[in-house]
Amino acid sequence: MTVTGDHTGDHTGDGMVDVLAGFIQELRAAGLPVSLTENLDAMEAVRHIPLVDREAFKYALAATLVKNNAHWKAFETIFEVYFSMRGSQFAITGEGTGADEAEIEQLLDELMGTGLDGGGGMEGLTAEQLAEMLYRALMHGDEALLRALARSAVSRFAGMEPGRPVGGTYYLYRTLRQLDLDGVLERLLQAAREEADGGLTPLEERLTKDEFEARIDMLRKEIEAEIRRRLVADRGAEAMAKTLRKPLPEDIDFMHATRDELASLRRAIYPLTRKLAVRLARKRRHGRKGPLDFRSTVRHSLSYGGVPAEPKFRYPRPSKPEIMVVADISGSVAAFARFTLQLVYAISSQFSRVRSFVFIDGVDEVTRFFEGIEDITEAVHRVNTEADVVWVDGHSDYGHAFESFWERWGQEISSKTSIILLGDARNNYHASQSWVVHEMRNKARHVYWLNPEPRSYWDTGDSIVSQYGIYCDGVFECRNLKQLEGFVEHLG
Amino acid sequence: MIDTSPRFDSVPAVRDDLRRVHYLADEGIAGVVFLADRLGKPVLVEGPAGTGKTQLAKSVAEMTGSRLIRLQCYEGLDESKALYEWNYKKQLLRIQSQRVAEDGGGIGWTDIEEDIFSEPFLLTRPLLEAIRASEPVVLLIDEVDRVEVETEALLLEILSDYQVSIPELGTVSANQIPLVFLTSNNTRELSEALKRRCLYLHIDYPSLEREKEIVLTRVPDVSDHLADQIVRIVRSIRTLELKKHPSVSETLDWARTLVLLGIQSIDAEQAKETLHILLKYQSDIAKAAKELAGASTK
Repeated sequence: MTVTGDHTGDHTGDGMVDVLAGFIQELRAAGLPVSLTENLDAMEAVRHIPLVDREAFKYALAATLVKNNAHWKAFETIFEVYFSMRGSQFAITGEGTGADEAEIEQLLDELMGTGLDGGGGMEGLTAEQLAEMLYRALMHGDEALLRALARSAVSRFAGMEPGRPVGGTYYLYRTLRQLDLDGVLERLLQAAREEADGGLTPLEERLTKDEFEARIDMLRKEIEAEIRRRLVADRGAEAMAKTLRKPLPEDIDFMHATRDELASLRRAIYPLTRKLAVRLARKRRHGRKGPLDFRSTVRHSLSYGGVPAEPKFRYPRPSKPEIMVVADISGSVAAFARFTLQLVYAISSQFSRVRSFVFIDGVDEVTRFFEGIEDITEAVHRVNTEADVVWVDGHSDYGHAFESFWERWGQEISSKTSIILLGDARNNYHASQSWVVHEMRNKARHVYWLNPEPRSYWDTGDSIVSQYGIYCDGVFECRNLKQLEGFVEHLG
Repeated sequence: MIDTSPRFDSVPAVRDDLRRVHYLADEGIAGVVFLADRLGKPVLVEGPAGTGKTQLAKSVAEMTGSRLIRLQCYEGLDESKALYEWNYKKQLLRIQSQRVAEDGGGIGWTDIEEDIFSEPFLLTRPLLEAIRASEPVVLLIDEVDRVEVETEALLLEILSDYQVSIPELGTVSANQIPLVFLTSNNTRELSEALKRRCLYLHIDYPSLEREKEIVLTRVPDVSDHLADQIVRIVRSIRTLELKKHPSVSETLDWARTLVLLGIQSIDAEQAKETLHILLKYQSDIAKAAKELAGASTK
């Protein structure tokens, strides 16, 4: 693969330095911490890499600039924008189409050993023929042909117009709608079933499906890349990178996460819990304030001829806190409650006991769903479907929920309990019953409130967070994983 | 003094050399190893457990004919275990013997002091050893995330300047720049200072083709068909939401088991019976078994 355009083979020229500088600036704008040393390292590194080797070039930049795997995706997107293949064949107007289709013909000939019926003329393939070729390319997993088809499909279906201010997703959607990939997958599976004698076993069926899905996924990525290349050619790298900028996983807002973002949050939360558990355990072990351990000191003095040169101390073993999580799981804050519950349970070994309660306008204990279950996601799912949390109409009523909580479980709060209240405190103008939180504060060790809304929205409209907040030990803004992580560490 | 002639010619050369010692590197791995040599920088390797992070350092040592010096990190590691230590027992003996000799009129304290803080009383630990070695070495600092943040600082001098300062002796610099690999399982965030000094390499689960090749090279007697099936099933399992995904080493264990059992072609039943080699949690095994047995046909 070659990089064409304004910096071919020019290792140290100004062109390269400029492109790299713009690239690094964009990385910083996207939130990646790139230091000056790393910047210089990258410049140094690319001097050792032949620029024609695009993959090696990419990895050289990655090794020097990206020091956290969670940032890889952001890096890759920006890299594709700044160092995409450039040239006239990527112009939006689609002059290259004829050449593309000739290439498709040729590749197809190689693949099948014969040309398609009626495919001899260069004046263009029909949509049906294109679909047919796509089907065959996917069947045989021919990557070169898939790439060529992706290019052709984009120039044919995306309807891209120069200067039109729409994002890449719009074009992607238009292209994919025409290709009907779900239908193609079904057809591929059907063909595979017919080919096998006596049908596929479930295992074979699954593996075949995985394989076809992987190929279709490759096609989709190729189409996406092609659209991006054309948009870059049209608008320039800076503008394009700006429209593609997305928050890093640790900065994604819980309340407004899209489905994809929620998935990436779920993936990010597991390594996070592991880190937190290790850190909390260490914190507990490393309080060096214990009294002198006389026996151990004398024992160790023996290696110094009876001189107590090395005093030994007893390490205190602080008792682990008991946690009660009381979470609002009504619509808008449900995602937040789910992540917090997941996080708290994943590190439950750091607490003597974790009890959880969920409410909307009624309140229910859900600790049982988590007991003896290894799969936390499943437990969270059961919480959402089975807990009895609706009292009247299913609109948040913090006042009533807290009152019933206090009546049923209030006497179980002890001086070892830390209570965490989760919610946006949007009470739909019901009575606040904030005396409950006051009472909790008197009995429990700590009461914390976590609010997934930005601080500037607090106490606007029907939010009454400060009416509760004055009785809490702390009210924390918890909009993303970074903030949640910070809070849980504080707790341990 | 420092020998800086490059060890490798190009990225593909690194890749071929690694293949020679049966380590199948992808483009990224080979590229970073190449750069580590050219830039004289340590490599920080992260990634899921069992994807060949430690093996990479071992293979690089083997392929360059270097000695591998390994520092296994653990909580509570300090400079006396990582860098150097004065052999205090020997020092005590030296002082004791001096006392005996003193009865017949001996030497002053200054002489003894100079004497007991000299090389014969120095115990070198892995880091110092790597610096002082005259032959080529590969230094592997394994699971660096296990030490405390404060202890990390111990490594900074050696990683950026390839030297160790010993107050009583002065600074010991390297004769040659060793290739340094640090591995981390990512149980905590490493300090910025450490990351800045290193090249970063993330080794993820390999692609389908590469994993198949790994199985074929590492497991003798495995047929092409079986290897293909194995890696496909493993890929399928890795798409599930599990507590711990099967690692490459577990894939290899599974392949070896299937070969030992004389299985030529896996069916769902056999896969289910041997899943405990691939997965280590009961809930994961149950989930994967259910999925493989055909929950996909909905």
